[in-house]
Amino acid sequence: MGILEVKGINKRFGGLQALGDVNLSVAENTTHAIIGPNGAGKSTLLNVLVGKLIPDSGSVMFDGQSVLGRKPHEINQMGISRVFQTPEIFGDLSVFENVMIPCFAKRDGAFRMHAIESIFAEKDIQQQADEILSDVNMLEKKDMTASSLSRGDKRRLEMAMCLVQDPKLLLLDEPTAGMARADTENTINLLKEIREQRGITMAIIEHDMNVVFSLAERITVLAQGMPLVEDTPDNIKGHPKVREAYLGEAQV
Amino acid sequence: MLGLEKKDLRLLLIVIGLTMLAPFILNPFPEGSEMAQFNAGYPDLMQRFVIFGIFAIGFNILFGLTGYLSFGHAAFLGVGSYAAVWMFKLLSMNVLPAIILSVIIAGLFSLLIGFISLRRSGIYFSILTLAFAQMSFALAYSVLTPITGGETGLQLALDDPRIFGAAQTATGNIPVPALFGLEMRASYELALGNWLFTFNAGYYLAALFLILSFYLAIRIFRSPFGMMLRAIKSNQTRMSYTGLNSRPYTLAAFVISGMYAGLAGGLMASMDPLAGAERMQWTASGEVVLMTILGGAGTLIGPVLGAGMIKYFENIFSKINDTILHGWFAFLPDGLENFVVAIIHPFIGKGWHLTLGLVFMLVVIFLPGGLVQGGQKIAAMFRRKQPEDAKSKATEPAE
Amino acid sequence: MDQFILQILNGLDKGSAYALIALGLTLIFGTLGVVNFAHGALFMLGAFVAVTMSKLLTLSHKVVDETRTDFLGNPLQVEVPYIYDWFGQATGDVIIDWAVPISIIAAIPVMIAIGFIMERGLIKHFYKRPHADQILVTFGLAIVIQEIVKYLYGANPIPTPAPSAFVGSFDFGVALGFDPNAIIYPYWRLVYFFFSIGIIAAVFAFLQFTTFGMVVRAGMADRETVGLLGIDIDKRFTIMFGIAAAVAGLAGVMYAPINSPNYHMGMDFLVLSFVVVVVGGMGSLPGAVAAGFLLGILESFASMSAVIDFLPGINQIIIYLVAIIILLTRPRGLMGRKGVMEE
Repeated sequence: MGILEVKGINKRFGGLQALGDVNLSVAENTTHAIIGPNGAGKSTLLNVLVGKLIPDSGSVMFDGQSVLGRKPHEINQMGISRVFQTPEIFGDLSVFENVMIPCFAKRDGAFRMHAIESIFAEKDIQQQADEILSDVNMLEKKDMTASSLSRGDKRRLEMAMCLVQDPKLLLLDEPTAGMARADTENTINLLKEIREQRGITMAIIEHDMNVVFSLAERITVLAQGMPLVEDTPDNIKGHPKVREAYLGEAQV
Repeated sequence: MLGLEKKDLRLLLIVIGLTMLAPFILNPFPEGSEMAQFNAGYPDLMQRFVIFGIFAIGFNILFGLTGYLSFGHAAFLGVGSYAAVWMFKLLSMNVLPAIILSVIIAGLFSLLIGFISLRRSGIYFSILTLAFAQMSFALAYSVLTPITGGETGLQLALDDPRIFGAAQTATGNIPVPALFGLEMRASYELALGNWLFTFNAGYYLAALFLILSFYLAIRIFRSPFGMMLRAIKSNQTRMSYTGLNSRPYTLAAFVISGMYAGLAGGLMASMDPLAGAERMQWTASGEVVLMTILGGAGTLIGPVLGAGMIKYFENIFSKINDTILHGWFAFLPDGLENFVVAIIHPFIGKGWHLTLGLVFMLVVIFLPGGLVQGGQKIAAMFRRKQPEDAKSKATEPAE
Repeated sequence: MDQFILQILNGLDKGSAYALIALGLTLIFGTLGVVNFAHGALFMLGAFVAVTMSKLLTLSHKVVDETRTDFLGNPLQVEVPYIYDWFGQATGDVIIDWAVPISIIAAIPVMIAIGFIMERGLIKHFYKRPHADQILVTFGLAIVIQEIVKYLYGANPIPTPAPSAFVGSFDFGVALGFDPNAIIYPYWRLVYFFFSIGIIAAVFAFLQFTTFGMVVRAGMADRETVGLLGIDIDKRFTIMFGIAAAVAGLAGVMYAPINSPNYHMGMDFLVLSFVVVVVGGMGSLPGAVAAGFLLGILESFASMSAVIDFLPGINQIIIYLVAIIILLTRPRGLMGRKGVMEE
């Protein structure tokens, strides 16, 4: 029984079957990749997992509870954090504030009316924020405005914001999309480190096979909204169905 | 001290100093001098400075922090005024219960409107608040006349019950609002040479509320709650994927700013015990938007500056007429004098709205951070040129 | 039944004005992505083009009339419009009488020019700024325009009559087989309605059947893609701004006889027009037109005494009430597209 159990998900947009009877099981303490050609339904699946879309049928269980019908912030509070394809950070706020906010969210829940307390008095939160910033090597940038960071730093900041919540499952949406080779390598190393040091379960949606095969312990292949295979990376590499689905794509 | 950082404490002290010494600061010109018309130190105007300051501080908690642009905040001010006048009619002329009730009523009213309006964001939110305020205005003007006094406004009458106070004074007049016997209109005049300074009870009560409001605003700005509000303005998507529900945060900000508006309305009625529907009209809502932007949205002191500036212009600028202008430019040759006066004429007197509109546009175009940003720019300029002189010359707003 | 028809008719002229303003607002919003709070001011400026025209046409000089004397026995001085000198009295009178329709000819270039100046001089710099900034700067501009007009023309409404040929009312009652005088409707309002329909049809035809219009529609749907095709979409959008200004202006010109123009009429209409745009669905042209007429007619139904007796005050708030209900139940309005202005 995995920490995330997706069973028989269907989702139609008008006449288009975006997801057809998708099953997925992410085991605790593993890195699970979801791959597939463009339009395979990866993003739709991700949006179902985080509560942005509600499927027509099927069930999504996380840690023994159903996530269907819950709002994104409720699902996050259950322990699922998400990293976006283009980093979503609080651009107008300082780097330090960016990481303090998830600390508050973890401690105080979805809403708390702490309007009179001073931020400066929250020593615990400040300490947590400092720690995570030093973990991602951004401590010296803590007073910068987040929008002025480089692209790579924004990604690291977003990662830090997710990690500081200590999630049970980290969802990554094409974490290396549009990156140069060197940046991609750095990201792979960062993710490996997170995986090893923190033991966080990860589900990665990825296009780049190099990234997938360096990180994933299990892979689900989607094609045209249907799950094609779910297996270990070694078996996926030689799988005829996968080759067929990716025919013409150079990476496999 | 008071749970404030040093910088904020300094700002609070500046505000306390300015409000307490306002009767002096606003009356820099001796009585009877040509410049005396620019004195703003009379009770009526000073009261308006602080009351609209409170209104703008509250509006800024919503707009400045969350970015939700409400075009209907005057409705809460209007409701506050009505509530206060009703307290004067039913209970007594003591302003304290009246002000407390206006804050509560405005809070409840904004809870209702905010709950509905905040289901949408962006321009849709602005239109919803506008629609609600216009509805309130139209209803107050027509159907709700028994409660609001309709076109004539809600006024006190000799036969009001006033169960905890006298319905009328010994001389058969309507009593005036007072704080435990201290009449709001009571003033003490101090003559120093040619200068005349007026200290008005109503003004000082309102000023105390302004200081309290400002202090609360600082606390909110520096609290985790305030940080959440800024986060909402910055990125709502990240907000919800961080496990935070932005709806209650924005609603809380909306209700707080509605209560500030109610406080302003209650104070307004306490200074002059009547309330009219025109206080709720969308132009009145537009005015507080102007004040906040002009001063600097999202800054602490900006809204207060903006409110002061607009009210000063409205009262003083609009009094300047051609005769005065001719007086000023008398040193010029006749033809040139007339020319200059003719050029300036459209912008003064009744034309002050034109000046306001132009200034507002210029601020939005060149100084999105309002006067505060302008002040910071000037301060930075001075600091670069003559660092040792910076502190004394530039009025440096701390935020 | 006759009451019913009467209310529909009564709603049409206001609905036409809403529809025309909302159409322009939507054009500007859809093409340039700008929320234009100064659009009502353009409507008002149009009405004042009509005012100016009728003033210009009656511009007179004093002439001594030898045939008449005043009460002191001196020859009487009479004001003679220049137009009499040029065209003779009979033609001159007709021209003066038709001042409002004639203003249309002047209003088109004037309004397009104003639109260009506004777009090139101000709005252009706000494309990349947040919507709140756009609202604020155009709000400021609206105040400025309004105050200039107030300075030039005074604060009082200026009666601007329709041509005498259109004075009086059409008796729909007789035409439709009801009692005479059951449904009477002023001719000019009828003219206004058909005029609006004409303008709306012209705008739609322009967008539908010209290549220019096709590019603009493509740009409204997806600005980036059209830009990638190497088409200079910005220039076309500037022209669309001019057209939208002209539409608002023409709506104002022809509205002058219905309600004497005053400097704040633009703001009065703007607030309602925004409501109309939102109800119709931000970015949808047919939605703006449909919602304009719908709300105009609803407003007039709500003013029926039977309705007011039942729901006092409903006529004052019906439009806002509808807007609130629509916004809450159909966030994209009647015909809105997905994702417009939702952030």
